[in-house]
Amino acid sequence: MSSVSYDHVVKRYTSDLTVVKDFNVEIADKEFMVLVGPSGCGKSTALRMLAGLETITEGEIRIGDKVVNHLAAKDRDIAMVFQSYALYPHMSVYDNMAFPLQMKKMKKSEIDKRVKQASGILGLDNFLKRKPKALSGGQRQRVALGRAIVRNPKVFLLDEPLSNLDAKLRGQTRVELQKLHRDLETTFIYVTHDQVEAMTMGDRIAIMNAGILQQVGAPGEIYDHPANLFVAGFIGSPSMNLVPVTTQNGNAKAPGFDIKLPKPVSAEKGILGFRPEALTDRVADDGATLEMKVEVVERLGSDQFLYGTVGGEMVTARVDPRMKVAPGDQARLGLDLRGIHLFDAETEKALL
Amino acid sequence: MTAEVAARTGISTTTRFSPAWLAERLQGVVLHVAVIGLTVAWMVPAAGLLISSFRPFTAINSSGWWTALAPPYNFTLDNYVKVLQSSNMGHSLFNSFMITIPAVVIPITIAAFAAYAFAWMKFPGRDWIFLALVGLLAVPLQLSFIPVLKVFVSIGLVVQNWGFVGVWLAHTGYGLPFSIYLLANFFRALPSDLFESAEIDGAGTLTVFFRIVLPLSVPAVASLVIFQFLWIWNDLLVALIYVGGTASVAPLTVTLANLTNSLGQGYNLLTAAAFISMIVPLVVFLTLQRYFVRGILAGSVKG
Repeated sequence: MSSVSYDHVVKRYTSDLTVVKDFNVEIADKEFMVLVGPSGCGKSTALRMLAGLETITEGEIRIGDKVVNHLAAKDRDIAMVFQSYALYPHMSVYDNMAFPLQMKKMKKSEIDKRVKQASGILGLDNFLKRKPKALSGGQRQRVALGRAIVRNPKVFLLDEPLSNLDAKLRGQTRVELQKLHRDLETTFIYVTHDQVEAMTMGDRIAIMNAGILQQVGAPGEIYDHPANLFVAGFIGSPSMNLVPVTTQNGNAKAPGFDIKLPKPVSAEKGILGFRPEALTDRVADDGATLEMKVEVVERLGSDQFLYGTVGGEMVTARVDPRMKVAPGDQARLGLDLRGIHLFDAETEKALL
Repeated sequence: MTAEVAARTGISTTTRFSPAWLAERLQGVVLHVAVIGLTVAWMVPAAGLLISSFRPFTAINSSGWWTALAPPYNFTLDNYVKVLQSSNMGHSLFNSFMITIPAVVIPITIAAFAAYAFAWMKFPGRDWIFLALVGLLAVPLQLSFIPVLKVFVSIGLVVQNWGFVGVWLAHTGYGLPFSIYLLANFFRALPSDLFESAEIDGAGTLTVFFRIVLPLSVPAVASLVIFQFLWIWNDLLVALIYVGGTASVAPLTVTLANLTNSLGQGYNLLTAAAFISMIVPLVVFLTLQRYFVRGILAGSVKG
């Protein structure tokens, strides 16, 4: 059993500086959980409390059935990969990976077996004698992973492990990490500020903002049903269109908009959200149409994004790449009503 | 960018004889002249000392050391032989080592532990204690001679009973503030991720200290060893006060000082003696120099 649960966890530095507020998450055994949010949202602190690098002000963290609040980091049976890799610069790759095992006073033959096995998985066989400074960024990153793997921990903690890699390597390593997770069959908890990493890697995603957990769910679920305005704006690229509207008799109105909502809502002022792919050049039978004043056209080959205004509000549309449109044009676009969201202007919570 | 390339390849990218080209060249020339000039200025007395030490007494008395550089050459090892035989120099050399080595090892060992605590452990009053310690750097050590010696005498910690223990303790006290200050600053600059990573890997405080902090601090410790060694080796005052001038315990510096008094004009012996005392710190410096590895932390954090 290597599930992890956060039970009403709070991290407070001073009476008026609380970086994690009432954090509750259940992470299942063998799950790949991603904590994502903008920098300073408390996601790293949440991870570090689990690692034992920060004390827990209130609440309980459990690994399996065991409360670990007062357990030393080394006794929690976790391994952590740091953003900076934190390799021991004076030790060879082999010694870096052997270090945690030496600390456990493991037999030399067993250490050797485990290090060789990990270096095989990570393709580091030819570098075992080198010092970290003689390695590339990607190789260093793999040594850091190797040092975690050899311990065969209950839980893997990864704190932005890809942010020091260049874009191409990041893409590759993303895939390798998912493969590693499948092969190791261990719980992974992964912290990132990059919503693309979160969407592509996580079995589930926990989104945080300003120390508060916003939503937990599978990537698709969060994408399709954001619980509040923050999640709606944070997940997805280009981000969701958000337009302030007034609601009356089951309709949402704004300059340039008059849309029939799928069901009536109680709030009078709301924010209408729809992703760029809901605004296309196809007009659905029961859909609405909007007039967009196009300002910028982005052709990506497979997609074409139009940036412009509808009734004075900035809006992005994703249209067929074959559609002929130029900056300055008026484009008549169809809005798919199945893809609209409405958020309360006051509470910012989802209403639909 | 171009300047960088030029600096790396040594090829000037500016046009020949243009003002920029001249300025670049002149900068190099000025720098070289200054460095060479300073080196020569510092080397001349040492060279004079070395040459004089190989000249016979009559020659030293009658002409300057530079005249020895032209023929007829007249060099001798007599001075060295006489010094080592007659003036208790061999024994003093031994005493100097006996005083210096423990007086280097003890304070630096204590300072390394203390500096680690100041840099990476949390305890109440840490910053204030550190501040007080830094304040001690400003206290002239002469101030402490009489009170400390009084204490030593009253508890019987004198050279007749305890040998060099008293002077070791004194040097430890005088050396600690600077050693702790220097090492704590160095330790503090080590990346905190390393410590956290080691903590998760299961390393205790002592393991972190011996297996991570110390190996990474070799340059700082080496420079500190050089400082402390030079200071104690060349020290006359502290040795004279805590050890005294008795031949059996006097270090090299004290014996050298006595040489001037007893031999008066015979400074041919003094030159040889001085050179013997100089050679040891020189060897220490040259041996430890290779530990000043720049970029010892390279490859640890960041790509």
